[in-house]
Amino acid sequence: MPDNADNAGQPGIPHIEFRDVVKKFGDNTVLNDLNFTVAKGERVTLIGPSGSGKTTILRLVMTLEELTGGYVFVGGDPLQYEDRGGKRQRVPDKVRRRTTTQIGMVFQHFNLFPNMSVLENIIEAPLHVMGLSKAEAIPKAEALLEKVGMADKRDFNPSQLSGGQQQRVAIARALAMDPEVLLLDEVTSALDPELVGEVLTVLKDIAEETDISMLIVTHEMQFARDVSDRVMMFDEGRIVEEGAPEKIFSSPESQRTQDFLRAVL
Amino acid sequence: MNPSWWDWNHAATVFPLLLQGFKITLLATVLGTLIAVVLGLVVAIIRRIAPTIIRNPVTWVVEFIRMTPLVVQLVFANLVLSPYIESTLAIGIWVLGIHYTTYMAEVYRAGIDSVAKGQWEAATALSLPVARTWRAVVIPQAIRNTLPALGNYAISMFKETPFFVVIYIPEMVRVAQTYGGDTFRYTESITLAGLIFLVASYPTSLLIRRLEKKLA
Ligand SMILES: Nc1ncnc2c1ncn2[C@@H]1O[C@H](COP(=O)(O)OP(=O)(O)O)[C@@H](O)[C@H]1O
Ligand SMILES: [Mg+2]
Repeated sequence: MPDNADNAGQPGIPHIEFRDVVKKFGDNTVLNDLNFTVAKGERVTLIGPSGSGKTTILRLVMTLEELTGGYVFVGGDPLQYEDRGGKRQRVPDKVRRRTTTQIGMVFQHFNLFPNMSVLENIIEAPLHVMGLSKAEAIPKAEALLEKVGMADKRDFNPSQLSGGQQQRVAIARALAMDPEVLLLDEVTSALDPELVGEVLTVLKDIAEETDISMLIVTHEMQFARDVSDRVMMFDEGRIVEEGAPEKIFSSPESQRTQDFLRAVL
Repeated sequence: MNPSWWDWNHAATVFPLLLQGFKITLLATVLGTLIAVVLGLVVAIIRRIAPTIIRNPVTWVVEFIRMTPLVVQLVFANLVLSPYIESTLAIGIWVLGIHYTTYMAEVYRAGIDSVAKGQWEAATALSLPVARTWRAVVIPQAIRNTLPALGNYAISMFKETPFFVVIYIPEMVRVAQTYGGDTFRYTESITLAGLIFLVASYPTSLLIRRLEKKLA
């Protein structure tokens, strides 16, 4: 069994790979034969109209949706299905979980655990997934809270925090697992406009200070420009155009991209 | 001061006897609640995650218990189990507890359904094992919404313990009846038994209403 952490650093092996991915909801084919890769440490932003399949892509990586066809690899390891002797087989939950521990996700609606304090939210997975002791997990959590500017709120309940504060805690919670891949799904879309900045600032710092690979869905085009190495424009489950942010935002080739950007900028 | 239908001497004699019976009533309520709280959760989880082979029989048994009267269950269980279980009280408590297990399971089911989908997803995103997700995330949030219903069922269990009379368990109402049968004075014993029930359950129900408001 190859160790993902090693594979992820090897040249030639993409950190995330979608191979011939098909995703249907009933009769609705959302992704049809999608192929793309994300390199180790790369930040890729998905843009495109609502309903084009961006969230579905992130949820497939997080195993929140089941693949209909094809394969997703993380660090070279098959995530949901693998090819065994020419047959497409479901990867057992235990093995899946070994791979997903390297993946963190931040949701649009934060999804903090309301029955736990801020600190408890952050140490939950380090204690019960990574097997850290409290003596190890708590200082680490406190350092992360410091980083996201929430150190003074460690004993608060999520319900006592503003949306921006909750989202910063959710970011700290994802980082507490030392993820190698971070998935960000419209993490500022549910926030009041005046709270968006504080969350984006935290994310930009993390992008600068770490080499975590990131797959980002956002409507904040300036943020996308600042953090992305590559931007992929989606429409109807297909990559319409991709490239460096300067190119996509300044001189998009596709008519669809031009129309989309005109509408959102 | 002593009308013909009420005799204070009888009242004074029967009162301590009634309190003895009341102890059994309380014991049955507490243990019955405990059984319903624990087994109810087990049943709710089975009905949610177990394969159909296990889930279907459990569902049938639950429906059967819920659709038949407690009194019938008491008599039947006593008939079947008394050769094996010496204590009628133990049989009564288990029947009461299991009867209410079926109600509590429904309450838990609603509580589990009320936990937002995003909570399960956050647990998956953190790679929490399934057992830990239930224990640390889902059950605590589900139970919070079940506390008022639990309280109401405990009270209603309390008020149903007199059915134990059908299998001769000496709880309070049986004591009152026996006293009446022996002395031909029913009024005092039955009135006092009713008053003791009222004094015990009314404050409890007020407490539950306060809890309901606090949780709402
Ligand atoms: N759970 C679901 N059940 C059925 N259809 C879904 C579900 N999730 C997403 N879809 C459909 O998949 C398509 C893509 O959705 P989504 O990935 O959320 O797009 P985006 O994030 O780009 O707005 C939409 O047509 C949406 O209606
Ligand atoms: Mg979306």
